[in-house]
Amino acid sequence: MASVPSKLYSDDVSLLVVLIDTNPFFWGGVNTTNASSSLSFSTFIAHVLSFINSILLLNQLSQVVVIATGVNSCNYIYDSSSQTVTENSENGIIPARSSQILRKLEEFVSADEQLSKDLSQARVFSLLSGSLSLALCYIQRVFRTGSLHPQPRILCLQGSPDGPEQYVAVMNAIFSAQRSMVPIDSCVIGSQHSAFLQQASYITAGVYLKPQHLDGLFQYLSTVFATDLLSRSVLELPKPAGVDFRASCFCHKKTIDMGYICSVCLSIFCKHHKKCSTCGSVFGEAHPEVTSTSDKKRKTPMA
Amino acid sequence: MSNKYITSVEERRLNGEDREDEEDDDEGNEKGMEAWERAYADERSWESLQEDESGLLRPIDNSSLHHAQYRRRLRALSAASSTARIQKGLIRYLYIVIDFSRAAKEMDIRPSRGVVVAKHVEAFIREFFDQNPLSHIGLITLKDGIAQCLTDLGGSPDSHIKALMGKLEFSGDASLQNALDLVHGYLNQIPSYGHREVLILYSALSTCDPGDIMDTIQKCKKSKIRCSVVGLSAEMYICKHLCQETGGSYTVALDESHFKELVLEHAPPPPAIAEFAVSNLIKMGFPQRAAEGVISICACHKEAKVGGGYTCPRCKARVCELPTECQICGLTLVSSPHLARSYHHLFPITTFNEVASSSFNNPQHKLPKTCFGCQQTLPLPGKKPSLRVACPKCNQHFCLDCDIYIHESLHNCPGCESQNSKAVTEE
Repeated sequence: MASVPSKLYSDDVSLLVVLIDTNPFFWGGVNTTNASSSLSFSTFIAHVLSFINSILLLNQLSQVVVIATGVNSCNYIYDSSSQTVTENSENGIIPARSSQILRKLEEFVSADEQLSKDLSQARVFSLLSGSLSLALCYIQRVFRTGSLHPQPRILCLQGSPDGPEQYVAVMNAIFSAQRSMVPIDSCVIGSQHSAFLQQASYITAGVYLKPQHLDGLFQYLSTVFATDLLSRSVLELPKPAGVDFRASCFCHKKTIDMGYICSVCLSIFCKHHKKCSTCGSVFGEAHPEVTSTSDKKRKTPMA
Repeated sequence: MSNKYITSVEERRLNGEDREDEEDDDEGNEKGMEAWERAYADERSWESLQEDESGLLRPIDNSSLHHAQYRRRLRALSAASSTARIQKGLIRYLYIVIDFSRAAKEMDIRPSRGVVVAKHVEAFIREFFDQNPLSHIGLITLKDGIAQCLTDLGGSPDSHIKALMGKLEFSGDASLQNALDLVHGYLNQIPSYGHREVLILYSALSTCDPGDIMDTIQKCKKSKIRCSVVGLSAEMYICKHLCQETGGSYTVALDESHFKELVLEHAPPPPAIAEFAVSNLIKMGFPQRAAEGVISICACHKEAKVGGGYTCPRCKARVCELPTECQICGLTLVSSPHLARSYHHLFPITTFNEVASSSFNNPQHKLPKTCFGCQQTLPLPGKKPSLRVACPKCNQHFCLDCDIYIHESLHNCPGCESQNSKAVTEE
C-alpha cells in the first residue's frame, strides 16, 4: 500500500526500534510444548544482542532503541543515543552495552512480574499496542529534531499470540505508522502466524517473516532485518504468503469472511441484529437482504 | 527578497512612474505599496508581540499559543462527542463544488484564489479518504454561470486530483442554484444509508441563478442533503440561509492558513443525525489477499494477472483492488483495515489534563522526569505553569508534542495501552 520513498532522507543512517516480547507465559511454555524448534529466552537475547551490536557497527551514526513488551507494562530498555562514553572505558563498548541491556531487561521483567502478582488475573497476551505506541512516539520525537534525522523503522520480535482486545489500538498504531511512513518489520518466533503483524507489515511496507529454524535466528535477523531502507529496493526480501484480511465480528469475536456492517459506525456483526450494540442505532425495516440491497445498488451510478 | 524590493523602488523613483505602472510592476504583489510598507504588511510583525502585565512588549511564545489553540479545539470536540453519543455518519457521499468563476482569479490570496482552493482541495481529498475509507467524493465546478460535473462519485483520490489539476481555468459567473440542482440530481440516487453532503468552496460574492434558489434549497432540505459552504470573500446571506436550512456549517476564511483549517474541518465524519440517513446493516465480504506469484484472471479488468488480488468470499471471483463491489455477485468487498481506519472515531481517547503547577510543589509526590511517550526530559517546575500533560486514566505524564501526536494521529494513549488494568475497566 504505502511505499517508502527512500529519497526523502539524505543518507542511509537508520534508527531501529526493537520491540522485545518478554511474555513469561510464552517463554516459560516454549520449552515444554515443542522441544524440537524451541528457543530459550537467554539464547534469544544472545541472538538479539549480537544483532543490535552489528546494527551499531554497520554505521556509526545508526541508532538503536530497545523497548520491552511485557504482559502488564511496556518500557524503554536501551537507547544508544543517550549512552555515555565514560562507562564503556573498562571493557570496551560492546560488553558494557550488553550488560546494560541485560541489567535493564532483568529489572523490567521482575517489575512486570511484580505487577502481575498485584493484579489477580494473569493474561497471556503481550501488550503489543503499548510498545508500538511508545515506539511511534519516540520516532515522532526524532522527526521533530529537524530535516536531517536517521530513517526510522520498527522491528517487532513477537512470540505470544495476538490479544484480540488490542485490535483497535494496534490498528490505530499501524495507520499512524503508515501515515508517517515508518515500516514495521515483524519476526514471529511463536508457533503460529500473527494476523496483527501480517497486516502491520503489509500496510506499512515492512517485512514479515516467521523463521523456520529458530537456532539460526541471528542469521535471519542480520540478513533480512538489518538491511536499511535504501538497500531494500535492490534486495529480494521475503514476500508475504498471503495476508489474512478477515475481520472479527464484534458480537462473538469470531473471524468471518462475510458479515453485516452497521452503516452508522461500521461495526461488524456475524448475523443480522435489530440494534447496533456499539452506537445504538436501530436498524430500519428488515430489508438489508441480499436481493434488495443489490437492486438498489444497481441503480446507482458507480464510478 | 528585501534587496529586490529596494531596487524596484529605486527604479520607480528614477523613472517617476505613476500609480498604474507601479501596479503592473508589482505583478501579483500588494498593489501600490512601498517596499517598507510591504515589509510590515507581509510579515505582520505586530502580531508576534504581546503586552505583559506591566505594559512592556514581549514576543509571543508561539509554541504554547499553538498548543493552547489545539487544546481548545480538542475540548470542543470531546464536548460535542460526549453529548451526541458515538453515532457518526461514516459512509459519506460528498460532492465538492468548486467556484471557478472570475472571482477565483482574485489575487488576495497568492497566486490566486482558484489555485489555492485547488491546492487545498487536493490535501482535503487525501485526508478525507484517509478518515472515511468507505466514502465517495465527486467534484463539480462552477464556471460561466453553469455547473459542470468534473468527476462522478468515486473512491479513488488520484483520479479526482488528476481531473481537478487539469481544469484550472477561471471565467464567468458562479451559480449556486445550478450547482445545487446538479448535486441534488446525483445525490438522490444513492442508497438511503449513505450521508449526502455538499461542500461548496465559494469565491464569488454573488450568485447568478436561472430561477428561485429558495425552492432549490427546500428541495435539498427535503432530500436531506447537508450543505456546507466555505467562503473566500465575505459572508453572504444566501449561503448562510442554505447552511442553516440544510444543517451544514458556514464559515468564511480570513487567509490561506485559515482556509485550509476550515476545509479540513470537513474531513472527519459529522455526527449522524438520525433522520439524515436510515441506519441499516449492509452485507459485506472480507476477501483474503492471495499469495504473491499466483496467476489468475480478474473479474474487473478481465486480464490474467500475476500475484496480488483478492477473492470474493461468495462467488470466488478475483478482484484487483479494495474497496469495491464484486462484478459478479454485487457483494460489497472491503478489507478489515478499511473498517478499522475509522474506529478511532468511535473510541476516542480522553483529553489529557494539564498538570497543575501546585502539584510541582508537593514534595511527597515525585513527578516523572521524562515524557512517558518519547523519553524527552520534561522541564522541571519553572515559571511556565504547564509544559506537561497527564492522562486522567493512567496518570502518565507526556510532553506537549506527544500530546498533539497522540490525539491527532496515533489515537492511542501509550500509557493506557501499556497497562493491564485497561482491559478490566473496558470490558
